[in-house]
Amino acid sequence: MSTGRPSFKFRGGSFHALVVKPESSIDAWLADLDALLTRSPGFFARKSVVIDVSGLSLTKPTFLSLLDELSRRDIRILGVEGANPSDVDGRVPFLVRGQADKSDAAEVQAIQSDAPAPVSSLLIDAPVRSGQAIVHPDGDVTIVGSVASGAEIVAAGSIHVYGALRGRVLAGAYGNRRARIFCRRLDAELIAIDGHYIVADDVEPHLRKTPVQAWLEGDELKIITMN
Amino acid sequence: MAQVVVVTSGKGGVGKTTSTAALGAALARAGERVVVVDFDVGLRNLDLVMGAERRVVYDLIHVVQGSARLSQALIRDKRIDTLFLLAASQTRDKDSLSDDGVERVIRELRPSFDWVICDSPAGIERGSSLAMRHADLAVVVANPEVSSVRDSDRIIGLLDSTTDKAKRGEQMEKYLLLTRYDPVRAERGEMLCVEDVLEILCIPLLGIIPESKDVLHASNMGLPVTINEPTSAAARAYNDAARRLQGEQIPLVVPSDRTTLFSKLLGRRAA
Repeated sequence: MSTGRPSFKFRGGSFHALVVKPESSIDAWLADLDALLTRSPGFFARKSVVIDVSGLSLTKPTFLSLLDELSRRDIRILGVEGANPSDVDGRVPFLVRGQADKSDAAEVQAIQSDAPAPVSSLLIDAPVRSGQAIVHPDGDVTIVGSVASGAEIVAAGSIHVYGALRGRVLAGAYGNRRARIFCRRLDAELIAIDGHYIVADDVEPHLRKTPVQAWLEGDELKIITMN
Repeated sequence: MAQVVVVTSGKGGVGKTTSTAALGAALARAGERVVVVDFDVGLRNLDLVMGAERRVVYDLIHVVQGSARLSQALIRDKRIDTLFLLAASQTRDKDSLSDDGVERVIRELRPSFDWVICDSPAGIERGSSLAMRHADLAVVVANPEVSSVRDSDRIIGLLDSTTDKAKRGEQMEKYLLLTRYDPVRAERGEMLCVEDVLEILCIPLLGIIPESKDVLHASNMGLPVTINEPTSAAARAYNDAARRLQGEQIPLVVPSDRTTLFSKLLGRRAA
């Protein structure tokens, strides 16, 4: 039956975004950010970024100037988390983290422990070429082949490279401190786990071109050779 | 039906045009019907290297836009009568190439030739993407240096994702042509060696063209090196590469001019 009215379709969706958490003091944090951008100018390119200001207790002018500073650095802000809604001033959407109703939480926990969430892993059976990006927000990525200089792998879980790793790899990119990186030959431009990263220049020379494993210990990215 | 070959590299100045001309001439000398097509609209050079720059009346753009027929734009080589050139326009740019027009030109060329060799412009923009789109096979030209190899790697990724063949779910055949190779300097570590390049690119090797003054000399003469100096090391390497394209199994060696001298001496002794 047609009513003659246009129909609109709405649906709820959840998407992955990079959450950036500024630290007080903001000025010092911005200086660190600039240092990061100098080393990796494309770090935030084409990425959606959420600003988490919870626990910072910023005043409204400080908060608005933080937004200005970030947009001046071409960081595109999708929304803000943990701010006072009146401070946001309509400049960016105010995000509320999805939370289960507290009374149901115990039950949900019980169900989850019975049946662990299925982990999907992605297998790429070819070399990853310069300029290609593999983004897998659901689990591990395994590459049977090399990852070329100028290629990028982003995974929610661990990353395994059965070949030479010459590009950029970001494991645990959606918040997973337990993610690891394995490769047959380390020659990477950048490796990162849960936002803690190390660039090629900072890799100990004796680890270069060797098979390695990388993991997070505290806030430190550890790499050991697996020879 | 012709095999459509794209000669591509990503980086400029590595020898795409020289290799297109040399491979085209080598195939034509072997009796194949060959057309070499210059896709570098606005920066055309293939006509110069083929020595046909004074005979261009109509070009690829005229045919693509329908203002000339293909038969009017094809220029027959003066030395090898199975070799043809379809020149690019120097006064236009890559935006003049329409998707439909290029597809029609390639479709019309296929029945009349054994080989359609498309000389891609440098870069990854419209010109190079149109040059590779309809190809059956790709010759990836690289120099033994890191920037060239990385750009070639990028091009291989595009060959595997943006071409018609890739979109049909088929595998594009890709071969590496390593040009300007100097075995002595590679030995000294001043340039990448063959193994380094193959390890990064992971595609089969079509040939290794040694660095040679004969190549530049032939280009300046307006002659593909395989016609101008057929006995030079570079020409022999291109001839071998052309025979491998035709499906022959030839062992890969890096030809050098010293061997020529040696075989000349042997030849004299035998005489």
